[in-house]
Amino acid sequence: MPPRKLAPGFADTRGMPIARRLYWGRWLAAALIVVLIFLLLRAFAQGQIEWAVVAQFFTAPAILKGIVNTVIMAVLAMTLGIILGVIVAVMRLSSNPVLVSVAAGYTWLFRGTPLILQLLLWFNIALVFPVIGFPGIWSGRAVDVMTPFVAALLGLALNQGAYTSEVIRAGIISVDEGQHDAARAIGMSKIHALRRIVLPQAMKVVLPPLGNEFISMIKTTSLASVIQYPEVLHSAENIYYANSRVIELLFVAGLWYLIVVSILTPLQMLLERRFSRGTARRTK
Amino acid sequence: MTKPMVAFRNVDKTFGSYKALDAVSLDVMPGEVLCLIGASGSGKTTLLRSVNQLHPIDEGAIWLDGELLGKRQEGQHLHLLTDREIARQRLATGMVFQRFNLFPHMTALENITEGPVQVQRRRAAEVRDEAMALLERVGLSDKAGNFPSELSGGQQQRVAIARALAMKPKLMLFDEPTSALDPELVGEVLSVMKGLASSGMTMMVVTHELGFAREVADTVVYMDAGRIVEYGPPDQVLSHPREERTKAFISKVIA
Ligand SMILES: Nc1ncnc2c1ncn2[C@@H]1O[C@H](COP(=O)(O)OP(=O)(O)OP(=O)(O)O)[C@@H](O)[C@H]1O
Ligand SMILES: [Mg+2]
Repeated sequence: MPPRKLAPGFADTRGMPIARRLYWGRWLAAALIVVLIFLLLRAFAQGQIEWAVVAQFFTAPAILKGIVNTVIMAVLAMTLGIILGVIVAVMRLSSNPVLVSVAAGYTWLFRGTPLILQLLLWFNIALVFPVIGFPGIWSGRAVDVMTPFVAALLGLALNQGAYTSEVIRAGIISVDEGQHDAARAIGMSKIHALRRIVLPQAMKVVLPPLGNEFISMIKTTSLASVIQYPEVLHSAENIYYANSRVIELLFVAGLWYLIVVSILTPLQMLLERRFSRGTARRTK
Repeated sequence: MTKPMVAFRNVDKTFGSYKALDAVSLDVMPGEVLCLIGASGSGKTTLLRSVNQLHPIDEGAIWLDGELLGKRQEGQHLHLLTDREIARQRLATGMVFQRFNLFPHMTALENITEGPVQVQRRRAAEVRDEAMALLERVGLSDKAGNFPSELSGGQQQRVAIARALAMKPKLMLFDEPTSALDPELVGEVLSVMKGLASSGMTMMVVTHELGFAREVADTVVYMDAGRIVEYGPPDQVLSHPREERTKAFISKVIA
């Protein structure tokens, strides 16, 4: 074959280095932010805040116990909320009209009322039912059973379940119909197919919003301070009632929330990676 | 006389007011390869999915290897089976879908072992060996550890065939197994199916590959508007169809 004739005027660029480009906008914005942060820090440093008090109470036993209680409550409420959410989402998607209405009713009720009201209602349930229990098996005085811990857990978990069920439902719907068919075709029952095939794929869609909800839950537990649950904000309040160092203690609590949330974010990324199995071509 | 592997008797299926299957009766004998052809919407997929009970039929009955599907007769009444019992009946059939439907979060090997381990509760090590042998059979031993997203369409479909075979079905259902494939990948899937046919597997295959039907099928069925319009050996149905609409369809597919 004779050599092909190529049009002239197109240079051979092989081996030419690529010049570094200056991003003026980025540098300007970064400089501006640094200045702003400096001014802000200076303002706080010179303001009416005793940083020594912040440091002193940062590791006070009551505060440490408070943050542990916060994390315990958030983890338990979220776990229960997710379990409830999965059950309600599956009920909502079932072909049984009774289950569908029960699930819809639950979501309607708990999403439709303020959480703080639900917490107060659970805590004060003794006013409605002085004695609670299962007839013939066990019963107790409501004031003894409905401790701040139990009331907070019940309130937070039931509320969370209502929101989580919608997240999970969206995840289940996002999985291709053919996956369900294929699972049934190898002899799986509906529940089995859901557990092994559909839910693991739904996780990919569900995890980012669930991570969001969990972070939100960490902070929402502070609402339980109104029913005397000793989480970190409640502990901070108790201390500043005594010593009047309001801002310092609010800073202590705020710092602790930031620390816990900062630990959670990389954890979420790890989980997301675990459940993105097989979705992207692995490039090594 | 040998009994049919699958027997359809007056099967009706309606979607809303549309009759997708209209009084279909058909026998498929053990070891027979039956190809279903027909225009889009004629009910071929619906027929296959009713054998696998992916949707219930409205009237009539289907027997698989002598067992009534989806129902149990007691005296003069029929009782619907539970989800669990239907799942057990489904084990007798393997299904291969047009869009493969491999499980994307599992490797090729895990796709194949999932059913035997999770559903049939068989020993993992033994199942693994069988799965490797199946991968070998479909020419993919080197892809055991790859995820579906790392396989070509033809390779995915061959894994899907291996996944169905792993359950040791008595009957294999294929719903247009090559129509989602690029032309150059069709051959590799068809040759796996040919091998399966010659090993004596009973097969119902929905296909537009008339060459495959002519070469491999024992029987070709032409469907139109939910009915079986033409039935016979490939040479008769494909070369000398009795009905005008069959002729029109075949000349359109070949063109
Ligand atoms: N789930 C469903 N809901 C409503 N109508 C349906 C459903 N499934 C199938 N149908 C209808 O039933 C008829 C038969 O469909 P079917 O999928 O069996 O056709 P087909 O012969 O497989 O066609 P194709 O060659 O396009 O795959 C079509 O008219 C279709 O619109
Ligand atoms: Mg079809």
